[in-house]
Amino acid sequence: MTNSIGELSDADVILLTGSNTSEQHPVIAGKILDAVRKGAKLLIFDPRIIHLTSFAHMHLRQKPGTDIVWINALMKVIIDEDLLDREFVNSRTEGFEELSRSLENYSLERAAEICGIEASDLREAARIFAMADKASIVYCMGITQHVFGTRNVLALANLALLTGNVGRLSTGVNPLRGQNNVQGACDVGALPNVLTGYQKVDDDVARGNFESAYGKKLPSKPGLTLIEIMNACLEGKIKFLYIMGENPMITEPDLKHVEEALSAVDFLVVQDIFLTETARLAHVVLPGSCWAEKDGTFTNTERRVQRIRKAIDPPGDARLDWQIICDIAKAFGSDYFEYSSAEEIFDEIAKLTPSYSGMSYQRLSTQGLQWPCPSVDHPGTVYLHETGFARGKGLFSVVEYDPESQKLEEHYPFVLMTGRVGFQYHSGTMSRRSRALAREVPEAYVEISPQDAARLGISDRDKVKVVSPNGELTVRAFVTERVRPGEIFIPFHFSEAPANILINSRELDPQSKITSMKFCPARIEKA
Amino acid sequence: MSDKNLDFSYTTVPTICPYCGTGCGMLLEVIGGKISGVLPMKGHPVSDGCLCLKGWTAHEFVSSPDRLARALVGKDGDFKEVGYTEAVALVADAMRETVENHGPDSCAFVASARCTNEENYLMSKLARFAVGTNNIDHCARL
Ligand code: SF4
Repeated sequence: MTNSIGELSDADVILLTGSNTSEQHPVIAGKILDAVRKGAKLLIFDPRIIHLTSFAHMHLRQKPGTDIVWINALMKVIIDEDLLDREFVNSRTEGFEELSRSLENYSLERAAEICGIEASDLREAARIFAMADKASIVYCMGITQHVFGTRNVLALANLALLTGNVGRLSTGVNPLRGQNNVQGACDVGALPNVLTGYQKVDDDVARGNFESAYGKKLPSKPGLTLIEIMNACLEGKIKFLYIMGENPMITEPDLKHVEEALSAVDFLVVQDIFLTETARLAHVVLPGSCWAEKDGTFTNTERRVQRIRKAIDPPGDARLDWQIICDIAKAFGSDYFEYSSAEEIFDEIAKLTPSYSGMSYQRLSTQGLQWPCPSVDHPGTVYLHETGFARGKGLFSVVEYDPESQKLEEHYPFVLMTGRVGFQYHSGTMSRRSRALAREVPEAYVEISPQDAARLGISDRDKVKVVSPNGELTVRAFVTERVRPGEIFIPFHFSEAPANILINSRELDPQSKITSMKFCPARIEKA
Repeated sequence: MSDKNLDFSYTTVPTICPYCGTGCGMLLEVIGGKISGVLPMKGHPVSDGCLCLKGWTAHEFVSSPDRLARALVGKDGDFKEVGYTEAVALVADAMRETVENHGPDSCAFVASARCTNEENYLMSKLARFAVGTNNIDHCARL
């Protein structure tokens, strides 16, 4: 997030899209409701009815895959009606001329036709957003999990720049991170192209700092992303694979492909707290520990680095995950893996990472610190871009809609969206072992509109087969107005009915390498 | 049995919810060395005394009987328990052989959005520094 969670409750307008916040980030949904209670206007762009839509000033139901169309339509209205923040655009951005030229011949009526939102509603939403003093954009996987996800995000950034909603309290472009420490895993360099703090591996100066700290040359060519790793396993290029605390056999798209890939490697190591679907394929399974058993830090979606603390010992032979890594490194013959505590590792991260360098366990205490925090007397950063952007000026990017992105295949007339429910979490390895959570939503289902259900002769709770070009799955039907005719929705947490079996992993977003989990052609048959 | 053999010691340990990226503050209640519950943390900058149902029940999976307590060696779906040190040696040997025979880029590492910053950092250090490959990622995209 460019801004902080608490700031949301003071926004005048919140534009929420692609996030089922009450289910996935309930406490953040609470802040959004606080804002609504104080008079903020909530604009929700989502194909489905979600809990928050009943509190929204406007619920605009775009057709799946048409986000760029409605975002550009809002900007078209804002420019035509001169509702933009001229001063901000002039002093803080570049590329406005190109953006404005690209929208000159844009027809609102045509946009309305493509995205399925009335032109008058697009106009009203644009006015509400542009006239707000403090407007905050909040989004989640509904925006990013597309083959054009990166362009969706750029389009949202355009909207914020155009209206000057960046670099001030209660504004910004705010992605909500799914898992507890996705932000941190990225921050500390668990990515193929960057070291800690997003320092690029092919930047000689940044890499040089690590090389002198470690006393060894490091590889400068960016590595493979997860989906590329899976492909490389199948091609026989990856022979040794070490997976810690992830269950790609549920969470990754195209499960058949994942299983083939994991079975193809010569040596698969899985380190986890349960014998997950992924661990079952391993040659060696190492017993790791869970968060209640360790000291360390997590970084939340608003960049707040926070301490977790050991409460109990791990069971039996299970070890702290960092100790296992060190033991393997040492047995491999590597130096520089002697640590006596998690704190020592954190201090090393802080030394190598400019945005973390002012942090220490002592300073984090119970409140944490938000990066960037470059020095020991720096209070941390509540919101980003107050005076400038990393590259100087904010750059508008011309983002055009590609009609290909909305194409269905013959025999697959439905758009399938996959997602989550509030009582389950990710692959379900933890939440499904919680009694209280598991009983709420014990099994998978497919949401289907009453019109489609009637047409296909399907009743509520009937078993149905969902078929995509990639695979098929049998689940119960949940007949509901939450989805519109032509659209269906399945939560992916359930290993006995893993929705990701339906998703293909061949087409990826060229930058983020994300595949489309929110737009999959499918059909439904009675089972 | 008399009460004096029982451990009724009670403490709370401040920590952060393990589920979503909101990062709510919580206190783990520990009675006699076992986690008995979760309390919301008042004064926490994000959650200030709030938790959702997932947070309130975050301790439940910790003591699940399914927890892995031994290292396992698997062959065609069958698993055999082995000592921890032996398992570590097997992994290190396989890694070394792979690097020697096929080069560092024939190894890949998947870190975790559920693990700590410290652990993810070490996984990256293992890949980049010990082995010499940038083939490291996690499920950020999901
Ligand atoms: S309590 Fe709920 S909202 Fe807060 S971090 Fe945990 S899962 Fe997320």
